[in-house]
Amino acid sequence: MNLTAILILAAGTYAFRLAGPLLRARLAKAHGGEAELPPRLTELLSTAATVLLVALIATAALTDGGRFAGIALPAGVLTGGLLAWRKAPFVVVVLAAALVAAGLRALGVP
Amino acid sequence: MAGAIAVIGVSFGAIAVAGGLDWWMPSALSLLVFAGGSQFMVVGVVAAGGGLVAAVAGALLLNARHLPFGLAVGDIMGRGFLARAVGSHLLIDESVAFAMAQKNDPRRARAVFWFLGTMAFAVWNVGTVVGAAAGQVIGDPDAFGLDAAFPAGLLALVLPALKNPRTRNAALLGAAVALAATPFLPAGVPVLLALVGLAALLPTPKKKVEVPA
Repeated sequence: MNLTAILILAAGTYAFRLAGPLLRARLAKAHGGEAELPPRLTELLSTAATVLLVALIATAALTDGGRFAGIALPAGVLTGGLLAWRKAPFVVVVLAAALVAAGLRALGVP
Repeated sequence: MAGAIAVIGVSFGAIAVAGGLDWWMPSALSLLVFAGGSQFMVVGVVAAGGGLVAAVAGALLLNARHLPFGLAVGDIMGRGFLARAVGSHLLIDESVAFAMAQKNDPRRARAVFWFLGTMAFAVWNVGTVVGAAAGQVIGDPDAFGLDAAFPAGLLALVLPALKNPRTRNAALLGAAVALAATPFLPAGVPVLLALVGLAALLPTPKKKVEVPA
């Protein structure tokens, strides 16, 4: 990690963030009012974001350094996921996931 | 919400320092990038021995979702130059989700967007500093299960989107591809490869030929 990499990531991320409102303003001007993207493109973009996030969750929960991560980590994430599914508050989800993983590791589960 | 962001911010700071980053790097990322998932990704890939280019490219692709987010809430943050310049940096999953929930009341949506964005920025950065400081002392954040907190938090955020069957199919296919590729490819690349899951959005070919009129 170095400063150049951080600055490139920061600049690129900010460009993505700024492009949305600017693009929307331009579209609105072109259409003279409320502008909406084609529904198919909107669906594709939002689905792509979800696909990336779910893949990130799956690899972060199940693998570590290219190998299977063991039991404690997936068990913790699964606990959090079940709580989120049961509409538990966000902070409960996060803390429960951490506590289950930490507890299992304290008991010697890998 | 603020508490959860603080906890994840602490875990980010601790994981980053434990992963070998200098003390100022997690804070630079939290101040300048301010996108949790991509920060964890870039730190995780580098800690796993992946290349810096793959790490930054993966993180940028992950952050590309902010573009459609900005299209959705572009007017909520305000239309002035300053509102867009500052508001864009506060565009995160949480501020977008909360602002969208107040869409029918634009004044309230704007207030919610700015309040949540500012608060999240403050709490995230304080958490990062605390985590980086603590990380040097506690050494292994895995002992506290902090590595489980991050995917669980993300899961809670994406769960509502997975109610849509098309999105769910694409996400499951993508996750399966990413997991299958993980042992063979440099860290960061499998997550990008998950985008082939979008093929699930393609219309399924109809088996029966249309009956001529």
